[in-house]
Amino acid sequence: MDVTLIGYGAGNIASVRFALERLGARVRITDDPADVPEAERVILPGVGAAGYAMKQLNALGLTDALRAFERPLLGVCLGQQLLFETSDEDGGADMLGLIDGRVTPVISGPSRPSPHMGWSRLHIRRDDPLMQGVEAGEWVYFVHSFVCPDGPATVAYADYGQTVPAVVNSGNRWGCQFHPERSAKTGARILKNFLELPA
Amino acid sequence: MTARRIIPCLDVKDGRVVKGVRFEGHVDMGDAAELAARYRDEGADELVFYDITASPEGRTLDYSWVQDIARLLDIPFCVAGGIRTVEQAARCLDHGADKVSINSPALERPELITEMAERLGRQCVVVGVDSAFQDGEWKVHKYTGDPDARRGAGKRTLDWILEAQSLGAGEIVLNCIDQDGVRKGYDIAQLSAVRERLTIPLVASGGAGAMEHFLSAFKDADVSGALAASVFHSGAIAIPDLKTYLDAHGIEVRI
Repeated sequence: MDVTLIGYGAGNIASVRFALERLGARVRITDDPADVPEAERVILPGVGAAGYAMKQLNALGLTDALRAFERPLLGVCLGQQLLFETSDEDGGADMLGLIDGRVTPVISGPSRPSPHMGWSRLHIRRDDPLMQGVEAGEWVYFVHSFVCPDGPATVAYADYGQTVPAVVNSGNRWGCQFHPERSAKTGARILKNFLELPA
Repeated sequence: MTARRIIPCLDVKDGRVVKGVRFEGHVDMGDAAELAARYRDEGADELVFYDITASPEGRTLDYSWVQDIARLLDIPFCVAGGIRTVEQAARCLDHGADKVSINSPALERPELITEMAERLGRQCVVVGVDSAFQDGEWKVHKYTGDPDARRGAGKRTLDWILEAQSLGAGEIVLNCIDQDGVRKGYDIAQLSAVRERLTIPLVASGGAGAMEHFLSAFKDADVSGALAASVFHSGAIAIPDLKTYLDAHGIEVRI
């Protein structure tokens, strides 16, 4: 199993790499757009702010390479948000635009601090190969202050006073808002499912 | 909603876990990586590693050790100890840590919180606050890892926590040092007072000695997580038993 991890200076790729290696994957880390078209599958991680991440992807010439990629692509955490069109973060950011909609702030409230930080249950909206072997109600670990729009792409979601799309899919693109690399057995299963998607 | 987090804290000195009473008189509690793996398997929701000597001795922590822990764990973990620049914090994350916690260096230079939040995202930035009751109010202390270096920081706890939040902290760990290591329960009054004023997650620390102390922290102070050390290291409380107990008392936990 070969997987290409985009290392573009926005976030923590070590823990994603270690999780993939625990599953026996061969991981290549790159920031070179020339490596993308030939990749078997690509993971786009990300921690931090959307505007900064897009600036990095644009500067490295990765934006168009990711848009054109036709095999399985998985955005993790901020990487899921980047799949959408725009984000309110950083005063408004244009993103990859692979899935329709706008990313908005998590709404905080009593007993609902923001960031949404911690383990929440997955509610499953529809079947998807990424969710094979994952039951409704399993726990995964979230850390985020912005939330993707709920729509036809939503495969699974968490309830945090609002619907938090947790797994999304559109064509060959998937996203996980939570951190599968830090979500114990459930997260490992989802990463394994991604590695086994036909490329 | 999120499950209430149970967070074992490993105070680390040279790769060994140590624990003292009121931060003094450290006792060896075992190998840090072995204990971390045990807590992972028992259902800990997150781990915190404090290099307790790093800050007073003016050194930072060992990045290759952070990387070894990151390979081992499939749950989130936070590292702390002597991190005083954005570059050091970034290196911890580059080596696989999920969050970094800063304490004394943030008191010396509060802008560090903002710099870290802007570069790394506020969700990675935990501000640890050591608080003691003194002259009728809760006050912040620094360098609490070393009894000889420890001193008051000249700030009121609530003022400092609100300042840290507005500067960009993503989470506060409030360690009530009057309670630390004495197992008489978390400082519910202080935690509640802080919780009411914060919009970011709050983690309780200091004083856990029995399962009902955790229940009270979640039920009465509404904290997101409860951190404890000696009760877990000594085996006095097993995490699976604690979670079963909390679940039976209506607290949502990850089981």
